[in-house]
Amino acid sequence: MRKGIVQLVAIGVVIGVITALVAVLFQWLPASASEEFDRIQAIYWFATWMSVVIFSIVAAVVVYSVWKWRVPPDDDAEGPPIHGHTGLEIAWTAVPAILVIALGIVSAVVMSENGQARDDALQVRATGQQFAWKFEYPELGEFSTGELVLPVDQQARFTMEAVDVIHSFWVPNFGQKMDAVPGIETTINVTPTETGEFAVVCAELCGLGHATMRAKARVVTQAEFDAWIEEQDA
Amino acid sequence: MTATHPEPNVREYPEHFEPPRGSAHRTLLGAGLVRGAWMALAGFGLGALLVMALRAWWGWDPVWDTEIILVVGAMVLAPIGFLAGIGAFDYWLHYISGRPTRPEDHSGHGATSWHDYFRVNTDHKVIGIQYLVTTFVFFTIGGLMAMFFRAELAEPGLQFVDSQTYNGLVSVHATLMIFLFIIPAFAGLANFAVPLMLGAPDMAFPRLNALSFWLLPIAGIMFVASFLAPGGAFGAGWTGYAPLAEGQPMGQTFFNMGVQWAGASSIMTALNFLVTIITMRAPGMTFWRMPLLVWANFTTSLLVVLATPFIAGSQFFVMFDRIMHTDFFTPEGGGYVLGYQHIFWFYSHPAVYIMMLPGFGIVSEVISSMSRKPIFGYRLMALSLLGILVLGFSVWAHHMFVAGMADWLRVPMMITTLLIAIPTGIKVFSWVATLWRGRIHLTTPMLFALGFVTMFVIGGLSGIYLGSVPIDIAASDTYFIVAHIHYVLFGGSVFTIYAGVYYWFPKMTGRMYSETLGKWHFWLTFVSFNATFFPMHYVGLRGMPRRVFDYDSAFGNLNLFISIASFVLGASFILFVYNMVTSWQRGPIAESNPWHARTLEWQVTSPPPIFNFDEIPQVVGGPYEYGVPGARHAVLTPSKEKAEEKEEVHA
Repeated sequence: MRKGIVQLVAIGVVIGVITALVAVLFQWLPASASEEFDRIQAIYWFATWMSVVIFSIVAAVVVYSVWKWRVPPDDDAEGPPIHGHTGLEIAWTAVPAILVIALGIVSAVVMSENGQARDDALQVRATGQQFAWKFEYPELGEFSTGELVLPVDQQARFTMEAVDVIHSFWVPNFGQKMDAVPGIETTINVTPTETGEFAVVCAELCGLGHATMRAKARVVTQAEFDAWIEEQDA
Repeated sequence: MTATHPEPNVREYPEHFEPPRGSAHRTLLGAGLVRGAWMALAGFGLGALLVMALRAWWGWDPVWDTEIILVVGAMVLAPIGFLAGIGAFDYWLHYISGRPTRPEDHSGHGATSWHDYFRVNTDHKVIGIQYLVTTFVFFTIGGLMAMFFRAELAEPGLQFVDSQTYNGLVSVHATLMIFLFIIPAFAGLANFAVPLMLGAPDMAFPRLNALSFWLLPIAGIMFVASFLAPGGAFGAGWTGYAPLAEGQPMGQTFFNMGVQWAGASSIMTALNFLVTIITMRAPGMTFWRMPLLVWANFTTSLLVVLATPFIAGSQFFVMFDRIMHTDFFTPEGGGYVLGYQHIFWFYSHPAVYIMMLPGFGIVSEVISSMSRKPIFGYRLMALSLLGILVLGFSVWAHHMFVAGMADWLRVPMMITTLLIAIPTGIKVFSWVATLWRGRIHLTTPMLFALGFVTMFVIGGLSGIYLGSVPIDIAASDTYFIVAHIHYVLFGGSVFTIYAGVYYWFPKMTGRMYSETLGKWHFWLTFVSFNATFFPMHYVGLRGMPRRVFDYDSAFGNLNLFISIASFVLGASFILFVYNMVTSWQRGPIAESNPWHARTLEWQVTSPPPIFNFDEIPQVVGGPYEYGVPGARHAVLTPSKEKAEEKEEVHA
């Protein structure tokens, strides 16, 4: 039996290492370009390591059992009548409960941090209409643009609405997404941490041109941003 | 003159005179597909006339309004005409109109030739097979649509279809797979197995059972026929979010109405299962002696009965907005857009469990009997089903974390969502514990069951990512979701349907399928399934939204790979069909209990007698008492010799 346990653990470790390699060798997440996404990526890794362990345990027991206890088709013996094991059942109720509650708490904390609007946040209005985005900066002037420009390291608070059907504002590198809904206003925060150009993608099926409803987000330094505002206002 | 009161019999009631088979009179007026066809046409004509007459009377212009005529004529009265024509209502109409009925008439029962599968049949075993064959037909159609749009997605840009057709293909694919394959395929398997497992001669309401089956093809034909509607098929996704759905071409109405027929079918079947399970258990079959498949269908049926009216409502509201110009979901008229999503997901989240719990039941049966061991923690397995049932109603808004709903709802819905991992985890760990020290027979159903356990764990774990609000905000509405639902519904539900079909195939047909082909089918499906859906997690997280015909060219190579893998997955299905068809025709004759299982369906012949049990079984123990010396689930033939034998054993 001891030998069996060693073999089982060995199989589990092999599966665990392979799964872990799959998790780290591929760049599953786009590079984070916002404070919000940094926090989300932390929970992502928490969930990933939890998943690697759980998957490895289940897969190891399946592989080991089939390898160890497979019988030919004509075998007509029966296995030992094990009906259950209270200790084990309590364990596999309690341990996942603790894990998911931990994940829930971490998620709630991140959610609340990402949802906090600072007083000095840059107000941006985003309006979705089949099949383009329109951005406005109500505090900075009466102009609208199809290209989203944000200053780096400055929280932007988006207020969203839609003209016709539901759209969804998503910048993969910001890790933030929110539906723009006709008739109501929705909000989301983005605090860019990297300058550069990023894609704005519509994530909610909005009709014939949904796949092409894309825009550009440009994150620039505060000075460049001020200059750009001047230019727009002129 | 005799004073005795004559027993009613056929001769005294001329209504029961049946013209000879093959006569024109019988073909046209006797219950059947021919009468179904002309009565459907008549129903449509009546509907069209009714609409035109009313419009003319009120002076509305134009008198001919295609969409309304389609709704009233083609989608309400034609199906009712069809059902009346094939004879689904005959008994009830006779009863209502005071004409004599024949309570002991079993002419609607059983099947002696393939013709009997094409009529209103009241035998749960025939209905089970009708369900399965029909659902696999729609699985094929839905699968071909998937092949089509995977071809389109093999490279960025539009190649084969226009964007409305693309959206239509995606929407109809999902709709068929959900409403015409997974949900009813489980209903079919359960229809066949549950009464047998309970020791019952049939379902509680055989005529209702027949009617629920015949509603299905109606729904399926509506979904597929939407491609013929002016403007093309419904293209707002299977979720049909308002207000997009309200601005869709006429095809959307086909979805709105098709869901009503499929939903009615589900509800009737679920009521039937509930009454059957509660009232028709054999003597001694207590709740704690029921096989887990029965438990699973009991909980599923509760979900169906409580939840399905909500999707029916949501689709009626959308249709009323579309054709009656009400304002349920139109903000201009004071409607509330998010209201649609709340109502829709109040059904459609429980629907995920409707599409999963029966599979849990199947896998419990297969793993226990193929490991030759009692299921690990039987009571906790049953209780965890009930846990999922209760929690399943409190998580719907996790589909709406980025929808702009009330903020306070997010945390409670996240917590309940994550908590569902606990009963689900209990089930997974109990299945693998059942394997432990078993004597494992790696047959095709067992392969699919084990494939299910591992794939479902992946689907469950990606579900935990999505349950966490912040991760969901990043991953929602992307290909990550597509990957997740396919790990849950294909790696999960479809694998269990395959397991169930292979497992009960010998019982249904009396013949054995080919193990070699079955194993090939499994491995091809398993590998190509993973090759198709695993990379979708990656493209989704990296930035590819779902439901797009065009995407960033950076995802070109991976999408090509996914498309090729999906074609292999499609091809693997041909092996399954070939195996089923040829084995049904000329496979080796199956024993009555090829798996040496303990549950009741295996204690009768294959296929079972017309009323399942020639004598009512007496249940004396649990259903999975493998390896327990002398333990029995039921005593079936209490004939004298057997009783004496038993005495001797006891002595």
